[in-house]
Amino acid sequence: MSALEPTTPSAPNRAGWAWRPYALTLPALLLLVAVIGYPLLTIVLRSLSEPQWGVQNYIWFFGAPVNLTVLQRTFVISAWVTVVCAACAYPYAYLMTAVGPRVRLILVLCVLIPFWVSGVVRTLSWVILLQDSGVINSLLRSAGFDGIRLIRTQTGVVIGMAQVLLPFMILPLYSVMKGIDLRLMRAAQSLGARPSRAFFTVYLPLSLPGVYAGAIIVFILALGFYITPALLGGPRSTMLSTLVQTQVLSLLQWGRGGAMGVVLLVTTFVLLALAAPVMRSRYREAERR
Amino acid sequence: MEMKPLTRVILGLVCLLVAIWLVAPTLVVVPMSFNGNKSLAFPPQGFSWQWYQNFLTNPDWSSSFLNSLKVASIVAVLATVLGTLAAFGLDRMKARPANLLRMLMLTPMVVPGVVLAIGIYAVYLDARLVGTLVGFVLAHTILALPFVLIAVSASLEVFDRRLETAAASLGAGALTTFRTVTMPLILPGMLSGLLFAFATSFDEIVVSLFITNPYLKTLPVQIFSSITRDADPTVAAVGTILLCATTILIGGGMLLLGREPKGRQ
Repeated sequence: MSALEPTTPSAPNRAGWAWRPYALTLPALLLLVAVIGYPLLTIVLRSLSEPQWGVQNYIWFFGAPVNLTVLQRTFVISAWVTVVCAACAYPYAYLMTAVGPRVRLILVLCVLIPFWVSGVVRTLSWVILLQDSGVINSLLRSAGFDGIRLIRTQTGVVIGMAQVLLPFMILPLYSVMKGIDLRLMRAAQSLGARPSRAFFTVYLPLSLPGVYAGAIIVFILALGFYITPALLGGPRSTMLSTLVQTQVLSLLQWGRGGAMGVVLLVTTFVLLALAAPVMRSRYREAERR
Repeated sequence: MEMKPLTRVILGLVCLLVAIWLVAPTLVVVPMSFNGNKSLAFPPQGFSWQWYQNFLTNPDWSSSFLNSLKVASIVAVLATVLGTLAAFGLDRMKARPANLLRMLMLTPMVVPGVVLAIGIYAVYLDARLVGTLVGFVLAHTILALPFVLIAVSASLEVFDRRLETAAASLGAGALTTFRTVTMPLILPGMLSGLLFAFATSFDEIVVSLFITNPYLKTLPVQIFSSITRDADPTVAAVGTILLCATTILIGGGMLLLGREPKGRQ
């Protein structure tokens, strides 16, 4: 099919086949409109029209302290997850660039294996680990300590979410770090900089695009997390997604649930739009240097 | 980068801990699946195969497993076909519309799951698609599409288009060219897209939780409701089975990939 599209300038009917690539994308686009576009539009419309037309659902959302607490908590948890991921991923990604091919393969496998293990099963194992009669608490007790409460706390949610999201931080970081010319570090040291100074003035700034890229992905994905907070969290660690679900499935408040969903959606896209130019210019800057 | 030995040791230790944190937690389902008691408390008491038996004989579990297999297989094929077509189209377009359309097609990856789920649920309620095979397949296909698109686009990027011209100049028709020249060369991309699509569908939970009903449940939905309902170690048995299956699949895939370059030469 693709060969019909002329690839040589001498082909006579080039203009006649210009629509062909668009036709190839059409089935996917139609499905996209039907299963993503139309449903999202429905939610936006419902948030504005139920029970009657107007912005009452948004006024309700931003007027109720409970909702604002949950909104704030969603941001705080996502920020914590991002920080934990960055702190763990940075040394890990660095080591990936510094070791030989065999160790690197093992490190890459450790990152990719969780990707392939079912998400629900992974959350299940965190339930088993963190619950009051779980692995961590029984180990603590057998060592003579008091048990600590991990499940149904924000700490538990952050631990579980960070583990799921860590690969999304490691992979972009690694791809940026891989491209950093280590001779720059040697140059800095030959000019008299101590290793730590060389790291902070040369290596760290060069690796920041990777940190930004990873942080944005992790933060955005964390904002919309549903399963992990639902299973590991309690009433005091409810996130926005759970609230949306409660409004729609339990209370049948499509307008209110829709408004919350729209807030979540708009936040996500605003963050993406804000991040895109920053990331692009950072990348370019890194390339230029 | 020159490092002091101490820095080296600390770095190594930190990374070891991170690696353990990434891989080890999941393994906890293995001992739990042989629990003698009906409990998920640690440490497990006694030994039994009863939860594996329960998985095989209890219709709730076996039917949801078969449903997931069915849905994921259809989704894998459908998403691979649609995704490959789209990747081809994008590859042959001018850069500007191609980038725009590509961004559009990747949106399913960033739309928060619950927002998408309530949207699809609302539409499915009207269209009577809740709890139907068609409903599951459509929703999962659109979620799997970005992965196919990325995988196939990556292999199209390194594909030398002059090969198609050469085939055409030798008199091959469009379909023959695609079948004998293009497809074999982008096959690795299509296969990894197929695998990703299968895994995405097999693992999808958020949208599935909304569009499910008692007549059609997928495995993740059954696992989720089992975890929230009671401490049934059958979930641990299922987790162990999935873990083994994934390990075999990835191990096999790695072996195949490792052998491929040699076979080609």
